[in-house]
Amino acid sequence: MKVVTVCGMGFGTSLMLLMDIQSIAKNHGYEVQGEAVDLGSAKGKVCDFMVASSEISAELSDESVEVISINNLLDKDEIEAKVMPVIQKLHQRG
Amino acid sequence: MLTLTEGLIELDVKAKDAEDSIRKAGQLLVNEGLADQGYVDAMVKGFKEVGPYIVVAPNIAFPHARPELGAKEKGVSLIRLSQPVVFGHPTNDPITLVCALCGTDSTSHIQMLQALADILRDEEKLNVIMNTATSKEEILSII
Repeated sequence: MKVVTVCGMGFGTSLMLLMDIQSIAKNHGYEVQGEAVDLGSAKGKVCDFMVASSEISAELSDESVEVISINNLLDKDEIEAKVMPVIQKLHQRG
Repeated sequence: MLTLTEGLIELDVKAKDAEDSIRKAGQLLVNEGLADQGYVDAMVKGFKEVGPYIVVAPNIAFPHARPELGAKEKGVSLIRLSQPVVFGHPTNDPITLVCALCGTDSTSHIQMLQALADILRDEEKLNVIMNTATSKEEILSII
């Protein structure tokens, strides 16, 4: 399973988001591969789902995979509540 | 991992808008020799072109630019505005705390960013930084 996390510049917040998602997934017993990129490189990236801040996610509406939108990037509870159902759904689908 | 000094903190800063607040936070990086003026311009340009993606949480913005645009050392500055300003974010406006980030490559600042995030995730510490602190020393003492 692969996630692509996206921020405006691919410099900071996307990597922070990726590390949080991987650690949350691990706590639930899932291994998630990931890549942190800027908005320009995100379009068309091959992955199972994307995660971005709410501001950026609107720009990714054409993507073929699910795009999860996070309002508060510092809130691990919000990230967990939004990301885990998608990881579990993808896992069941195999 | 977070090296904040008095020179990198300013409380109750007056900013007339989002750009002004980014410039004022960036100026601290310049004053302390962590970035040059071009880096501050690049942060403002990024905000204008890409939008308020730098707003990471309610009332908090992390302006930054690409390392090659004038970052000299990794670091962060922290300013608290006397009056919040609007950045144009769908859910997290208005902004009171502006932390300008700079890093010299795309990975070295990540630990710094994580350390900063951990502090701002701590409700008690966040309350001190956002509301109750009346001096820079008070902020340095909880970091």
